[in-house]
Amino acid sequence: MKLKKDHTLRTLTIGLVVVLVFGFVAADWLRFMVQMTMATFLVVLGVMLQMRAGLVSFGQGLFYCLGAYVAGMAGYFWGVTDVFILLVAGTAASVLLAVVLGFLLVRYREIFYANFTLAVSMILYGLLVKAEVLGSTDGFNVPPSTFLGFAPKGDTLNMLIFILTCLVVYVVAAVMNRYLNSTYGYLGDAIRQNEIRVEYLGASVRRVLHKIYVIAAAISGVGGVLTAVAVGHVDPDLAFWTTSGEFVFVALLSGMANVMAPLVGAFLLELLRTYAFEYAPYTWQMILGVTMLMTILFLPGGLWSILSKKQTEKIDDSDPGN
Amino acid sequence: MTAILETKNLSINFGGVVGAEDVSVTVNHGEVIGVIGANGAGKTTFVNMVTGYLKPTSGTIHYMGKEVTHLAPREITDLGIRRSFQIPQLFDEMTAFENMLTAQSVAPKVPRSSWIPLLRPSTTEIALERLTHFGIADNADLQVSNLPQGVRKILDIAMATVGRPQLVMLDEPTSGVSAEEKFEVMDILMEAFAQQDVTVMFVEHDMELVERYANRVMAFYNGQVIADAETRQTLSDPQVRKFVVGKELHRDEARQGDN
Repeated sequence: MKLKKDHTLRTLTIGLVVVLVFGFVAADWLRFMVQMTMATFLVVLGVMLQMRAGLVSFGQGLFYCLGAYVAGMAGYFWGVTDVFILLVAGTAASVLLAVVLGFLLVRYREIFYANFTLAVSMILYGLLVKAEVLGSTDGFNVPPSTFLGFAPKGDTLNMLIFILTCLVVYVVAAVMNRYLNSTYGYLGDAIRQNEIRVEYLGASVRRVLHKIYVIAAAISGVGGVLTAVAVGHVDPDLAFWTTSGEFVFVALLSGMANVMAPLVGAFLLELLRTYAFEYAPYTWQMILGVTMLMTILFLPGGLWSILSKKQTEKIDDSDPGN
Repeated sequence: MTAILETKNLSINFGGVVGAEDVSVTVNHGEVIGVIGANGAGKTTFVNMVTGYLKPTSGTIHYMGKEVTHLAPREITDLGIRRSFQIPQLFDEMTAFENMLTAQSVAPKVPRSSWIPLLRPSTTEIALERLTHFGIADNADLQVSNLPQGVRKILDIAMATVGRPQLVMLDEPTSGVSAEEKFEVMDILMEAFAQQDVTVMFVEHDMELVERYANRVMAFYNGQVIADAETRQTLSDPQVRKFVVGKELHRDEARQGDN
């Protein structure tokens, strides 16, 4: 009986140290790119969680946007700029909405679920576009963040937000890794593979899916808050369907086998986008399409399947039975 | 004997088609009941109604004195009625071990966690013990989609019996299993059930298996129970021989004919 060892936490910790060091030495634009990748990663992780349970959300931008707008509005309208309060407020708003929507959503599967999530996020987009007080299509600027009363400026602020993003992403990834290896983590997989069996084992499929939806919303909300404080601006495009589509794209590109997969996928996508805009302007959509096609044709398990395949080969090679 | 399951006038219609009509049966603790009938006679429909997959049009189902007629499958599972499926319902991308591990993690009264790792020495040991108990531990590492049909069947049933069930309903436990394997499969299952003191109902077309393992047989025809008695008595019932067993297929008669 071979049991796979999980090195995810160790790898995440090493990754955290590397990224933090990188943040101090890298150029500003590169550091910002990594920072945005990490914020996006949280939303993709939310999409991945649902995909593991067989559900594709084309509306994860809803919670990304909600988190960002809550953070922005707290500062803009009520003068609350403490980043920790913003994180709590953005997460809480996302959780609250997800709990309510979840009661309806967990009744649907496949294209109906995808369309439902898409529709709800587009409703938010529509509302924000019409809301002149929130800057309509232009959105509004988010006031600079403070840290428990400390109000840094310029590069210090940027660096602190970068460090905060790294730490938050590390904690969320570690917690989600733990979750995926727990009973509920396995149940998500089990539901995708055989929903009837899960019910006959005595678990409520709807309850498990509801939980997944709320967790996905919470971490997407956190991603939204981190984006808002990093960019310093929010606009309705955060909830637009193309934004949500990109999250699905990254989740497909990355694979679903490990929490680190979306991190790799999100980073590669950002890198691809940056260089595509520089060296092959006006071809971005085409590159995206070709990449998607190649992934589906040659790597249906996503990029992570290359790594996990290598890992399995390694285990087989080291098995004394062979 | 204590009655654990009681159905009264259970009926169900699918549009104009009668799936079951006035099915009233009592199942006692410790029995091994064979459920026979031609295709479409209502055997699986009966199992589906008792286990909550189908809601009867009329009639009631009582389990251990409690009405369960309109409960959801998982609520019925929680009460102690388990089932297996004609086509094994497994998690095909997982290994046999992971299937068992998942099954035992959601068994009634087992606390479900979002934090504690599922794969830990205590759970691993129990899952392997269960696979050993059902004689399929050698296949623990194999992905379910690569398992032979006989092992898939046993795994399906082994997963259904996690968490001390009182009544297990098996839907054609040996369908798709080779003639050589079927007795081996049934021996493993019946031995495991006897050790667990489980009441068993099994739907079966193979009369050899029914004769060998059941101590009571219910025969269905056109959605109705046309005979329900001790095995030999049911199998020799003229109606059962006409509509279910088929006179010419009965081995005793065939032997007599040879002589």
